[in-house]
Amino acid sequence: MIYLILTFILLLLMIGAAIYAIWQKDLLYAVIASGIISLLLSIMFVLLQAPDVALTEAAIGVALTTIIFIIAIRNTVRFEDEHDKKIKKEKQLKSAEQ
Amino acid sequence: MKKAIILISLTILGVYLIDIFTGIGFGTQHFASGVKDAYLIGSKETLRVSNVVTSIVVNFRGFDTLGEVTVLFLASMALGGILYKKRHDVGERSVLFPSTRIVMSGAKLLFPSIVLLGAYVFIHGHLSPGGGFQGGTIIATGFLLMLITYRNYSVSHNRLSWVESLAGVLFISLGLAGYFVHDSFLANVFPEGKLNDLFSGGVIGIIYVAVGFKVAAELTGIIYTILHEKD
Repeated sequence: MIYLILTFILLLLMIGAAIYAIWQKDLLYAVIASGIISLLLSIMFVLLQAPDVALTEAAIGVALTTIIFIIAIRNTVRFEDEHDKKIKKEKQLKSAEQ
Repeated sequence: MKKAIILISLTILGVYLIDIFTGIGFGTQHFASGVKDAYLIGSKETLRVSNVVTSIVVNFRGFDTLGEVTVLFLASMALGGILYKKRHDVGERSVLFPSTRIVMSGAKLLFPSIVLLGAYVFIHGHLSPGGGFQGGTIIATGFLLMLITYRNYSVSHNRLSWVESLAGVLFISLGLAGYFVHDSFLANVFPEGKLNDLFSGGVIGIIYVAVGFKVAAELTGIIYTILHEKD
């Protein structure tokens, strides 16, 4: 029974983190939220008696993927609509010049 | 026209998938006898390996593991080929946030224990959960921590490729040794030992150490290349 309750809590938290990752405009927070999904998923794997998979998920999903996404954000833009705004501004400047 | 073709092909694919999945019969005991028992009994009685997952991954399906290692090697090589530049910017590297003294001391303190944990995971791959891939990834995480904390921390690409190549050569030469001794690639050439002993399972422990070194070197190389990509 307690496993069932724990599973439901974990699943709800994972769905919540996933919705937060989609809703959040700050991509750094979204990446952290997707890392939290992987962390909770590795706990789920332990509950489902697959410790080998849990270790892989914890090492790759939580650490490596998150860091690679953070490096990508560092090299591009941090906010979701920043790029569109920049293009819009450039277009406006061009039309003003003409 | 295009959409109609896509819809028709998707429908055909869906029908086939439904056919396959209804034929499986989830929850029924259709694996009752056959290959499962051979794996479960064989890994305990003949191979003397207590972690059944490891015995399947490295021994019964060892050739697949060799394929996986090759895929990882090709991926890291392709990434290096795309991102490699003549090294003119060795040393200073811009980090996302400048790290504070606390982070620097913490990273220095955590790095040896992370590497030790990774080594433990792949050395005890045949006794406890984990193995070469997991241990190697944990070690790469430790290097990642040092790389993003210190601006001038660098790893030698030369040394990484030496470690990677030697580990790969060890894997394949163990497989060839099995071929020459027992007429089958990756057959067990060492004594099996006692169940639950550190020196048990024959070649499995040695292969997992090799896989661990290989994965750690490849992932560290990938991260180092990506971090150096645009500065």
